[in-house]
Amino acid sequence: MVRIDGKGNGPCLVCVRNLDKIYTRGGEDIHVLQGLNLEVDAGDFVAFMGPSGSGKTTLLNLLGGLDLPTSGSITVAGDEITHMSAGKLTEWRARHVGFVFQLYNLIPVLTAFQNVELPLLLTKLSKAERRKHVETALAVVGLADRMNHYPRQLSGGQEQRVAIARAIVADPTFLLCDEPTGDLDRRSADEIMEIIGRLVKEYGKTVLMVSHDPRAAERAGVVLHLDKGVLVEAAEAGGRA
Amino acid sequence: MKFFRLVWANLRRKKIRTTLTIGSFLVALFLFGLLAAVRMGFRGGTDAAGADRLNVINKVSLILPLPFSYRDRLLRFPGVKAVTHATWFGGVYKDERNFFPQIAVDKDTWFDIYTDYSLSPEAREAFMRDRQACVVGRSLADRFGFKVGDRLPLRGTIWPGSWEFNVAGIYAGGRPDADTSGMYFRSDYLDEQRAFAKGTVGWYVVQLGNPDDAVRVSKDIDGLFANSPFETLTQTEKAFAASFVKQMGNIELLIMSIGLVVLLTLLLVTGNTIAISVRERYGELAVLKTVGFSDRRVLGLILAEAVLIAGQGGFIGLLLAKAVIPGLSRALPMLGVLYVSPLTFGLGFVLALGIGAAAALLPGIGAMRLKVVDALRRV
Repeated sequence: MVRIDGKGNGPCLVCVRNLDKIYTRGGEDIHVLQGLNLEVDAGDFVAFMGPSGSGKTTLLNLLGGLDLPTSGSITVAGDEITHMSAGKLTEWRARHVGFVFQLYNLIPVLTAFQNVELPLLLTKLSKAERRKHVETALAVVGLADRMNHYPRQLSGGQEQRVAIARAIVADPTFLLCDEPTGDLDRRSADEIMEIIGRLVKEYGKTVLMVSHDPRAAERAGVVLHLDKGVLVEAAEAGGRA
Repeated sequence: MKFFRLVWANLRRKKIRTTLTIGSFLVALFLFGLLAAVRMGFRGGTDAAGADRLNVINKVSLILPLPFSYRDRLLRFPGVKAVTHATWFGGVYKDERNFFPQIAVDKDTWFDIYTDYSLSPEAREAFMRDRQACVVGRSLADRFGFKVGDRLPLRGTIWPGSWEFNVAGIYAGGRPDADTSGMYFRSDYLDEQRAFAKGTVGWYVVQLGNPDDAVRVSKDIDGLFANSPFETLTQTEKAFAASFVKQMGNIELLIMSIGLVVLLTLLLVTGNTIAISVRERYGELAVLKTVGFSDRRVLGLILAEAVLIAGQGGFIGLLLAKAVIPGLSRALPMLGVLYVSPLTFGLGFVLALGIGAAAALLPGIGAMRLKVVDALRRV
């Protein structure tokens, strides 16, 4: 169940309270997010839509602990992350968040296998255990046969699938996807959304996604619209919410 | 170790740049090895100098002689264990370019005091038996192909005329950097054949029973011969050897200055290269941070890359210097025994690693402080 009124008092996986983010540009304050409230339960698939500059990516960065809010709080799986030190936040991110970016952001000098393995290098898993996890993640995204390929040897859709495998390999608490289909053709975009949908339905993953693409967003259980830093609308979409 | 693959992959990203940076370290450390060897060559005499030996020379100049009669008087000083003497000959073998030191020594005592060099009993016996005998060092023998039994002709420059010697033996050095480029022959032969300066020697070598007596004995010797026609200057062998080096100017300072400039240039050039390399990868570094790499780990990766480059280049450069220097030493005997000691090798390698790490420090700190959100926006 997704709520944006800030009145929920039950347990939630992601709880955002009165979130403000103000940037200062050329001496002027820009209110990117204003008093935003959000509650997301485990297994939810939420899509954030809105015009450019509405604060979608900023919200995602704050939820992923990549940026700090001006005020308000974010609690994920019981951890209040807004007051964590940078070091703690990095550790927390490694354990709880899987990121998928619009431009895939793979390391070009590493193979698909090595790219997916990156988050596991920070764990205490043995080499054999890491291999098993990576192979499983690549199998989930249908790229088990391309694990030794470099990003330049893969299509855009395949690169994004590797990026998804990297995001899920450490079994994070939730996935944050920033325009995951924004750089793909229709067919590849559908494939990616299919995979993300499966992660929610079959593996019970929680996904928060930013997208400009209504067709991608309609796969989400809930579509939230952001306008001028405020969540203004919640709509039930095709999936579960 | 599990991060090594990531470091290695990054080094292979721009192969030409990595190769050129490794090449910079290679050249710089090769030069370091070369300069250190030349410095050691100049200092060789001072390092090999015995702590229990004093050299007594003419106070006016080393090239002026001392009377042979001083020998017995030196022997009478309390604390003096043995006395020997030597005289610079300065002959020419075939061509003036074939320079090597030739020294006339006391046949009875020289090799008892200078035990650093090994000479076979047969060679020693032959040296004692034959008035025209000489012994040559291993590197000198190799240089000109001298063998035991060969006739060795020299043209005298201080004492003109043709001088003939018989090679009685070949001596070896006790240390890897021992100078074996010289020739020793009997002083009685020199004294008999020379037209002037008979009954004199070039310098005396005094062996002490206890090295702690060096200051006192030196003072006593110079005091005894003060105001005589042949005043003396007595100093430890180390100081004596150092005075030779000083005659050529402050070579050591020159060598150190050149080395310092080369290493500083290397630091700046490498620092710039690594800064460019890091700047190009801000997006990727941000991704690493996003997936959980800490700031320190990112710094560690960058330092590791730089140290690996420096280590490879430095190691190859030093190996190359080690390989080339023996040939150079043979070609330029006037530079002394050139040799890359294990200490020089180790120091050079550590220096290369240090420069690599220092060059990467600022770019690494920049990457450490990189804000993920800002860097991702640039991708």
